[in-house]
Amino acid sequence: MSVTREQVAKIASLARIKVDEGDLDHFVPEFNAILGFVEQLGEVDTSQVEPMTAVIPQALRLRDDVIDADPLTGGGKQADVLANAPVAEHGFFGVPKVIE
Amino acid sequence: MTDLTNLGVKAIRDGVAAGDFTAREVAEGFNANVAAAADLNAFIVTTPEHALAAADAVDAKRAKGEELGVMAGVPIGMKDLFATRGVQTSAASAILEGFKPEYESTVSQKLWDAGAGMLGKLNLDQFAMGSSNETSHFGNVANPWKANDGGNAVLAPGGSSGGSSAAVAARLAPAATGTDTGGSIRQPAAFTGISGIKPTYGRCSRWGIVAFASSLDQAGPMARSVEDCAVMLGAMAGFDPKDSTSLDAPVPDWAGALNADLRGKKVGIPKEYRMDGTDAEILASWDDGIAWLKDAGAEVVDVSLPHTKYALPAYYIVAPAEASSNLARYDGVRYGLRDLPEGAGLQDMYAATRAAGFGPEVKRRIMLGTYVLSAGFYDAYYTQAMKVRTLIQRDFNEAFETCDVILAPTTPTAAFPLGDKLDDPLAMYLNDVFSVPASLAGLPAMSVPSRLNAKGLPLGLQLVGKAMDEQMVLNAGLAIEQRSGFDAQPEKWW
Repeated sequence: MSVTREQVAKIASLARIKVDEGDLDHFVPEFNAILGFVEQLGEVDTSQVEPMTAVIPQALRLRDDVIDADPLTGGGKQADVLANAPVAEHGFFGVPKVIE
Repeated sequence: MTDLTNLGVKAIRDGVAAGDFTAREVAEGFNANVAAAADLNAFIVTTPEHALAAADAVDAKRAKGEELGVMAGVPIGMKDLFATRGVQTSAASAILEGFKPEYESTVSQKLWDAGAGMLGKLNLDQFAMGSSNETSHFGNVANPWKANDGGNAVLAPGGSSGGSSAAVAARLAPAATGTDTGGSIRQPAAFTGISGIKPTYGRCSRWGIVAFASSLDQAGPMARSVEDCAVMLGAMAGFDPKDSTSLDAPVPDWAGALNADLRGKKVGIPKEYRMDGTDAEILASWDDGIAWLKDAGAEVVDVSLPHTKYALPAYYIVAPAEASSNLARYDGVRYGLRDLPEGAGLQDMYAATRAAGFGPEVKRRIMLGTYVLSAGFYDAYYTQAMKVRTLIQRDFNEAFETCDVILAPTTPTAAFPLGDKLDDPLAMYLNDVFSVPASLAGLPAMSVPSRLNAKGLPLGLQLVGKAMDEQMVLNAGLAIEQRSGFDAQPEKWW
């Protein structure tokens, strides 16, 4: 299977990455080379095989239903959470206007 | 006095504990080596004050007669994929330049608690995506080794833990942390003549490690001896409730139980790794390894891993798929870079930020992952790859019915010159052909140096063990280390 220039542009848009014509010039052939390589997986008969869900099987744990059980990952961290934000105002993340 | 920067982890720890030298002297020695090695570009940020503060704390504890940790007095390099409180954590990407975490990763915290200090944050391939350390936003890392063929080409240190491998090989650090998603500890270790182990998936907490492919990512130590790896792995591993895939299992005393006597053990040689066109010197190094393990008392048996050739294509679906999901968080809102073109709305800001912040290889993998997960292609690519992953794990399980550990080369070639494979992503991916299968199966795997090739460059041998059996991997690694006599060092040019 190979992808067209339009498809690669569409994928970039889905991935929220702005690409220009020059980017597409190299992404399209690179994509097709990689897809051509992974194509060989189709040779493998997997009709009797379950897809892997966990590489080392283990049950997911439940934590106790306690507020702030681990203070590190509990609440009350507003200043820490906002410390690296490009724009933070009034205790919130700042973003450009979303509603016209 | 001997040059303290020639000492490894255990020798430093024991020397500090015995009072042969102080932790401060050790930290000062390595800080000086780091400062003098800018040509290697192994570090993105250096933190000599952190190394000195940790050393002073150890010296003070010793003076008071308090018990010292297993890494006490050992300054290490920290791959810049581990969140370190107050110190830039960039994943070698422009999108995280300037990001200073408000928290510490579990693995780095455990190392500091064990008495280690930090020399700095080590360069790597951007978001750990690469095999040559050429995708870093902060420039290439140079391999301290050079070929003896008269050329002066600068070689790749391997990747993605290329800063780690270069720093340890060049004596800028006695050890460093690495992370391994498809070979990112083992391949750079092989390219620089050092040792490195990726433990069983889940041994080391992923909490606070910048995520690439979460079902594959695993941290591990890189050092100049098997014993140093065992000591440091013991300090890094352990259950962490903050990582839902962390293994709730006791951490064995790997270093204490090291034993190179392999009598009664079986070593499997996978015939599928003997691929057409494999470098003759790689095959000769493999034969050396077989002879050494026999000499250590092991019985050598042939094993088959029939789906080996499908590991790399499966990996290049699974890893990008997980990356496309994990890296969705870099949107210019919560941390890192924001590119807001004049008059742009939210969606345009996302797209502009990600275009400006991610390097080409990262974009390639995010987009590939987005494609294989998209409606209409999901089953043909992603589901099929996860089924093949089941088969690859089954191959290993069946092989381990007849052997205790598998021996194979780490890489298909020795280190190559920077730039050699940069224009051909597929050729670069093929570097990981021997290391990816163990990653897909979640198994412990280690690289140890074997010999220098005709060009004077180190080659590595890889040991792959059963899940949870790091001890067997380390023991076989030690048996090789004791017989290879590998003590070569790169000639200093930096």
